[in-house]
Amino acid sequence: MSRRIRVLVAKPGLDGHDRGARVIARALRDAGMEVVYTGLHQTPEQVVEAAIQEDVDVVGLSILSGAHMTLFPRIKQLLAENGADDIMVMGGGTIPEEDVKELKEGGWTEEIFTPGTTIEDIVAWINSNVKVD
Amino acid sequence: MIEYVDRLLQGDRRSAAKIITLIENDGADKPEVMRRIYPNTGKAYVLGITGSPGAGKSSLVDEITKQIRAENFKVGIIAVDPTSPFSGGALLGDRIRMQEHALDRGVFIRSMGTRGSLGGLASATKDVVKVLDAYGCDIVIIETVGVGQSELDIMHYADTTLVVLTPGAGDHIQTIKAGIMEIADIFVINKADLGGTEKMITDIEGMLDLSPLLKGWRPPVMATSTLDGKNISNLWETIKKHRRHMIDTGTYREAAEKRLRLEVTEIIQRKLMEIIEKDLLSNGKMSSLTEKLVNREIDPYAAAGDLLKKFLP
Repeated sequence: MSRRIRVLVAKPGLDGHDRGARVIARALRDAGMEVVYTGLHQTPEQVVEAAIQEDVDVVGLSILSGAHMTLFPRIKQLLAENGADDIMVMGGGTIPEEDVKELKEGGWTEEIFTPGTTIEDIVAWINSNVKVD
Repeated sequence: MIEYVDRLLQGDRRSAAKIITLIENDGADKPEVMRRIYPNTGKAYVLGITGSPGAGKSSLVDEITKQIRAENFKVGIIAVDPTSPFSGGALLGDRIRMQEHALDRGVFIRSMGTRGSLGGLASATKDVVKVLDAYGCDIVIIETVGVGQSELDIMHYADTTLVVLTPGAGDHIQTIKAGIMEIADIFVINKADLGGTEKMITDIEGMLDLSPLLKGWRPPVMATSTLDGKNISNLWETIKKHRRHMIDTGTYREAAEKRLRLEVTEIIQRKLMEIIEKDLLSNGKMSSLTEKLVNREIDPYAAAGDLLKKFLP
């Protein structure tokens, strides 16, 4: 038995800046995780379908477009509709504090990392929140 | 985990995904799950796609899938990327080129890390093919990691193997080297929009002129471009022609038998390896020999013989 944490790093919506997503993908790889990267411009439906087929533990959304209040709830909702609400959703990007609070309180995300977060913090968060059965 | 099997057989994709994870992780339920799945396999046709990194394998898979879907067959895609020998992690990026089919319920895409295997695939790949077969896929496409000259495992997994090359990848000496150039059922010169395609075709045809025919099949050399879809439908027709040829000449059945014998052998080898690692190498005897090895008091052959005595009296 050799359990490996699997993470989907996704860029939903219309912003084309994926440097941050690629840095995170690389860092998680170096932390021993299997990282599926989707590429740019994904619809919530595409993200959820990939998360299910790849059977990931966590979906990481990189959003710099300002559409986070729409995208997070939509993805959580689609995961639930597909019986996959055990998959956690984390996010990163330029997301204001009050929106982070609202998204977390609404149950639309497990955690959001804003600019300034260290890679070590993100790795530690995943390692402590993924249930290794 | 067992309860997922029934749902898998009914075509539930979440169950397929969960079972694949169980197999990759070598979970405790794996032998029982495989026992239940096995009678429902043997129907899918397996298409292998191999070639060097950046040759356009993923884009080609995307294009071929389009052709297959136009004929309404259900497709499973296994895309393998390398696992880091240092961290054990992997960056699985083949989906990026397969966007066309992301929402098509007739296509199931799974990315895999090699997790220590060196032959261009993961050791779990063979069982994942069975899962997708039982899930109802008519065709399973396996995309290997970007290979060099000698990662050839795909030849034991696929019914039809495509070797994907690009123009300008070496002179004609490269084409007569042993290894990857010998396992193609069909050669694909992708990125044919670039210069040098004609020369590449000539080099490979020249090599094939000197190769013995396997049951009357001479691997066709096809120039494709995924930029404009050039020759992709011809490629799909050629793949079907090869399948027909395999069946008509009895090669298909022969290959299936050979593959299953090999699989049993591999399972025995793996189990023996586990015993060796658990009983032989971890009981301290190895570490006590290390000092002697370093000091040249005993040679590696003698040391191995010493350790093996317990098994081979």
